[in-house]
Amino acid sequence: MPILELANISKHFGAIHALDDVSMTLEAGQVVGLMGDNGAGKSTLVKIIAGNYRPTSGSIRMNGKEIVLHKPIEARQHGIEIVHQDLALCDNLTAAANVFLGREILKPVGPLRVIDYTAMYRRAGEIFKELKSETRPRDLVKQMSGGQRQAVAIARTRLSEPKIVLMDEPTAAISVRQVAEVLSLIRHLRDQGIAVILISHRMPDVFAVSDRIVVLRRGQKVADKPIAESSPQEVTGLITGALESA
Amino acid sequence: MAFTALDESINRQTYGALGQLLSRQTFWVFCAAVLAFLYLSYASSAFFTGQNLFNIARNCAFVGVIGLGMTAVVATGGIDLSVGSVLALAGMVCGMMMSWNYPIWLAIPGALVAALACGLANGFFIAFVRMPPFVVTLGMMSVARSLAMVLSGNQMVYQFGVDHSKLVAIGGGSTGGWFRAFAEFVGPDTSLGAVSFTLADYVNIPNPAVFLAFFALVFGFAFRWLRWGRYIFAIGGNEHAARLTGVPVSRVKISVYMASALMAGLAGILQVGWLGTITTGMGAGIELYAIAAVVVGGANLAGGSGTAFGAVVGAVLFEMIRNSLTLLGINPFWQGTFIGSFIITAVLFDRLRVLKQAE
Repeated sequence: MPILELANISKHFGAIHALDDVSMTLEAGQVVGLMGDNGAGKSTLVKIIAGNYRPTSGSIRMNGKEIVLHKPIEARQHGIEIVHQDLALCDNLTAAANVFLGREILKPVGPLRVIDYTAMYRRAGEIFKELKSETRPRDLVKQMSGGQRQAVAIARTRLSEPKIVLMDEPTAAISVRQVAEVLSLIRHLRDQGIAVILISHRMPDVFAVSDRIVVLRRGQKVADKPIAESSPQEVTGLITGALESA
Repeated sequence: MAFTALDESINRQTYGALGQLLSRQTFWVFCAAVLAFLYLSYASSAFFTGQNLFNIARNCAFVGVIGLGMTAVVATGGIDLSVGSVLALAGMVCGMMMSWNYPIWLAIPGALVAALACGLANGFFIAFVRMPPFVVTLGMMSVARSLAMVLSGNQMVYQFGVDHSKLVAIGGGSTGGWFRAFAEFVGPDTSLGAVSFTLADYVNIPNPAVFLAFFALVFGFAFRWLRWGRYIFAIGGNEHAARLTGVPVSRVKISVYMASALMAGLAGILQVGWLGTITTGMGAGIELYAIAAVVVGGANLAGGSGTAFGAVVGAVLFEMIRNSLTLLGINPFWQGTFIGSFIITAVLFDRLRVLKQAE
């Protein structure tokens, strides 16, 4: 059974049809590359899965059960975690503080509940080790490379036991070496049985890690096939509209 | 084996403890304050005397107490220009209530409630209506002082009713006085009384400075150990990120303006007690000193940094400079030039650091 099923999702903003009757499924331990030009509907689809928007019509099912998401926090409770495009990091805080931001570990001291630094450094350290990242919990985010910053944002998704991780343009604006780091993080999530949706403009990255590729054009799904049966040339054609569908 | 490797990576930091200390503005300002202290003790015979140090400790306490609340505001990336007027309003509420013969235990909470109401109004417009802090608190600066004037009916108040002596003891007293009172209480002939009498001569700290020390510890603790403190710095670092990760940004913002107003109100009560009178001009311009102390103490006006210790060090440094200019016989009109130059220099150093990092 697919972990996530989107059935006939449409989203209309007034007269604009941002998404038109899009259906797709997501399996555990699978990476789906979601591609499309600007305005193709990628962001809208991600925001619907993340609980930012509600679809105009259509339904979302997780493990066969229909769910309705009103707020991002509800998506999180269902095990859907998002790595935002701008990473949503506070440069002035440490890596561990960022990982736990909004979900700090507290311990009681007298009548107060104070931040448990030891536990947070330890857990963050464990997560970075799991992710095979060089990131250190006590370092300030502003002193970090792009790849390390990505690792901090991704580490957040590991605090709960997520089933689905949405990654919005994780490889935009970072160096080649750091891209490799991020891609290996994605493979790592997949190996843990997590379903990953990778939204990206960068063809090589999508082809490097994805199992399947979904292409959107003008709010419609024009392709949904295993990566092995496609090629960058075909996908380019699909994105631009040179190829009608595949 | 694997565990030790993990521990090592958890405990390791790319930038060591010494490097971090040396990169902190607070540390250098602290060194500057110590050097200034040593130099002034040598240069002026009047500086290192009990009475002068006592005056410095008391004078810097008002700016320091306000600076603590201001640190919280500045750490979120905001600013509070209304503290001087809130100080006057709280002092006026306290003084007027007492002159109407209300007991002090009603007058002080009344004054603090008035201050908190100002902070709540500031916070509401800034957090929910999303107006710029500069504009909102500038407006409150005018409103609060005007309310203080209305309340006073434009009269000088210097009689505080039944509890007059208590108010004066709180604001104008010192630990020496408390030790002496304690000695009288247990009996001067007992050994405890004798110890207390001796202490009174050696440990004589003005009450406002005791309040400053206490609240510096409270704020220092809250900044580091409470979730509230963490959220303040997160909001100052990246407000959008804080919102996305579930930090209650609006509530935290309101709380910092209330904390700032509460500290200003407290300073107002202490100042009325010390002066033994209230005027509507009380606290005028103190916002500049408080902001200056906070910035020189290492906070960044763009938000995301600042410490309670830094605010105290900044307040002490400024008061020492002010005091020494007087002792060295320099025209007091120059004080503004010195303070202003210090603010600009502090921001300049911060700017240079940012440019260096950008390289």
